[in-house]
Amino acid sequence: MDVFSIVGPVMIGPSSSHTAGAVRLGNIAEALLGKVPTEAEIVLYGSFAQTFRGHGTDKAILSGIMGFGIDDERLKDSFKEAEKIGLNYHFKTCIQADGRHPNTAHITLKDEEGRVVEMEGASVGGGNILITQVNGLEVHFNGEFDTLIVLHRDVPGVVANVTQLLTENAINICRMQLNRAQRGGDAVMTIEVDGKMSAGICSLISEREQIQKCILCRKID
Amino acid sequence: MYEFHSVEELLAKAVDLHMPISEVVLHRQMEDSQEAKEAIMERMRKSLREMRRSAASGCDKDIRSTSGLSGGNAYILDKKIKESGSLLGPVLGRAAVHAMAIAEYNACMGRIVACPTAGSCGIVPAALLAMLDEEMVNEDQAVMGLFCAGGIGMMIARGATLSGAEGGCQAECGSAAAMAAAAVTELCGGTPGMCADAAAITLKSMLGLVCDPVAGLVEIPCIKRNVSGAMIAFSSAQMALAGIPSMIPLGDVISAMKEVGSAMPLCYRETASGGLATTRTGKKLHEKLRREGHDVSGR
Repeated sequence: MDVFSIVGPVMIGPSSSHTAGAVRLGNIAEALLGKVPTEAEIVLYGSFAQTFRGHGTDKAILSGIMGFGIDDERLKDSFKEAEKIGLNYHFKTCIQADGRHPNTAHITLKDEEGRVVEMEGASVGGGNILITQVNGLEVHFNGEFDTLIVLHRDVPGVVANVTQLLTENAINICRMQLNRAQRGGDAVMTIEVDGKMSAGICSLISEREQIQKCILCRKID
Repeated sequence: MYEFHSVEELLAKAVDLHMPISEVVLHRQMEDSQEAKEAIMERMRKSLREMRRSAASGCDKDIRSTSGLSGGNAYILDKKIKESGSLLGPVLGRAAVHAMAIAEYNACMGRIVACPTAGSCGIVPAALLAMLDEEMVNEDQAVMGLFCAGGIGMMIARGATLSGAEGGCQAECGSAAAMAAAAVTELCGGTPGMCADAAAITLKSMLGLVCDPVAGLVEIPCIKRNVSGAMIAFSSAQMALAGIPSMIPLGDVISAMKEVGSAMPLCYRETASGGLATTRTGKKLHEKLRREGHDVSGR
């Protein structure tokens, strides 16, 4: 346990779960797109939907989507900041969490070329988060490490292919998970690694056979 | 070498190595993160300065929370104490102002240091900044106070919880006050055992405190509880420094806090569905906010 997780982090108030965690969910969405989007649609569920205004959850998520950190004072004016850079945003609320964690947000981002990413995640307390869905596929990571999201086809050899590349580049995997929609269909690998991963390796992976896309999601500070 | 997993182990380490709690915690952090002592001290110094900054900003006359329920009381308290003197004496008077300022600044979406949580962020800094104001300590000593406080917080996190949603307000303001009590005791020359006693006496005084915020916002009663928490930290430290032990040791008190937290009904754990939140006035305030569009809940 880190003493700075007790005395810290430095953050914009009022709530570690409803504000700081919300920023981090936005950060992950931005990292998945790889840039600040031009359009954002955010659905807030459960407790997020009930108390978002008083806690600034909406401002916090938008802040995160623009790449601001949890201690960035622009959070308070993030609606204005979004306007300044031409980011169109839209919030919806859904009080019923339907089996989701009570502090869940579903974020869809689009860039000027029309590329779309979609993710769902929860703020699970103390500013910590858990990402549960990327582009409709089930994942499980928390931004504690550099994370690779590999979208691929469910055929033999893909895991070996990817991990071989990591081995060749001396990258150590600390956590790994695989999920698929159906046999032979779309699948997603979540690979969390130690240290800082180079973006080059991510593009090398996406060039491999049976791989549709590889997204590098940087660890959040 | 500096690893500890329980209050007993932390105290044993401190005694064996002839170190205050803060030094053990600092060395453990060095071991853990493989950073130099000065780098870690500097990080903590930054946190202390951030605390000072939020305490100053929170005293602004015009700050208001998004809901409009809070802001401006630290200014009033500070002004009154400056005009008429402090009923609590100089140190506690300063602590009361700092605790209120930081907790209000948090409610107003200001930048704060979570310590251990955002809802309880005023307590530990209030104690240390007040001692700095009254020149009882210098900045480096106050920084060491944060390591001592952090060590106690780590032990509570390990043995119970620091989350209001899991353990009620005792876990947030209670923990923060216990952390502050230990830091004050150490800075006043108390032994590691006295620090643990001060923390234990504090937690015992706040055991069972529920988390029942009006409209689910970190404002009512959270802000004033930060002030009270800081006061309890000093009274506990005073007892411990006189050599009065806690008859129930800190490790046991943490276990009791865990048990009480687990037994607490959900309506008293940050759900805004019990206690002050559902009083006649609490509901009225919630309804008013809902009409103003601050809350879209169907409740």
